[in-house]
Amino acid sequence: MASLKELKGRIGSVKSTQKITKAKQMVAAAKLRKAQAAAEAARPYAERLGAVMASLASKVSGDGAPKLLAGTGSDQRNLIVLVNTDKGLCGGLNSNLVKAAKAKAMELTAAGKNVQFYLVGKKGRAPIRRDYPKQIAENFDTSTVRNPGFAEAEAIAAQLVEMYEAGQFDVAHLIFPQFKSALAQDPTVAQLIPVPAPANAAASSAVVEYEPDEESILEELLPRYVKTQLFVALLEREASEQGASMTAMDNATRNAGDLINRLTIEYNRSRQAAITTELVEIISGAEAL
Amino acid sequence: MALHFELVTPEKLIRSAEVYQVVVPGTEGDFGVLEGHAPFMSTVRDGAIQIFETATSAPESIPVVGGFAEVNERGLTVLAEKAG
Repeated sequence: MASLKELKGRIGSVKSTQKITKAKQMVAAAKLRKAQAAAEAARPYAERLGAVMASLASKVSGDGAPKLLAGTGSDQRNLIVLVNTDKGLCGGLNSNLVKAAKAKAMELTAAGKNVQFYLVGKKGRAPIRRDYPKQIAENFDTSTVRNPGFAEAEAIAAQLVEMYEAGQFDVAHLIFPQFKSALAQDPTVAQLIPVPAPANAAASSAVVEYEPDEESILEELLPRYVKTQLFVALLEREASEQGASMTAMDNATRNAGDLINRLTIEYNRSRQAAITTELVEIISGAEAL
Repeated sequence: MALHFELVTPEKLIRSAEVYQVVVPGTEGDFGVLEGHAPFMSTVRDGAIQIFETATSAPESIPVVGGFAEVNERGLTVLAEKAG
């Protein structure tokens, strides 16, 4: 059995751990509210751009369509764009994302396709490197800025489009955590490039005038659509990270509390035992006289 | 009657209001949109859009970067990467 002094030390260290997890939980709760608001504010833009894209894409089809919409004509080389967080302490969020990415990679490899990774965020690097050491095309670091925003999405999109134009891959899949609630963040897999043809092309009967023309507008909007997609993914990641962190830290705080209770009981019990032993010794000593 | 005008950036919905007229710097020239404009789509060059609250009021101008304008039966929507 551990000595009294040892127990005291352990209680102290668990208490300070609890303090840390509690603080992290409160910080995450505050940040979550902000991240959720940001995700909400971004929705109108994404929705409207999506609607415009849908109506344009239904008009421009066939040979005239830009490469970003029509694809390269092959789907051999796949790029998985995996959006992870930069910091830990957020429970199973990153491992779930990595799991989803590996499942996707496995599925593509089984179909005889080549797979490469484009990693956003620090936490996906190590686990992906372990399994696919030679297939990481690029890392994008978002940890240098406090709140990754549109500028980062822009940089990632520019790099992706450049790689696509240079013929480095045929299809890009985006994997990011979708924020459902503080308890649930589902890894989501979506096709990023070529831009998937929208299903519900609201074919309005009105004759729309285009300036300059459909193709040039579409050509300008497609990279912007990719950008927006990435921006939304970054915002979702932010909200998911804080949500997951809040839940994980709440659990950790509670576990630390339980541990403290258990250790305290043990401490009191051994203290009592020590006192009892001492008394017995004194009494039996007195009786012997 | 008023024109429903919306200015949206990725960060937020900047403006959603009923106005008299909006002048947008299109890629192929400025164009003014009044209520009941025919359906129209155009890319927007970097510059300032001018908003006229009423027919007589002085215009309010908002600079936009990386824009796109759409006019449909519901009004005018300007999507911009940066505004204000």
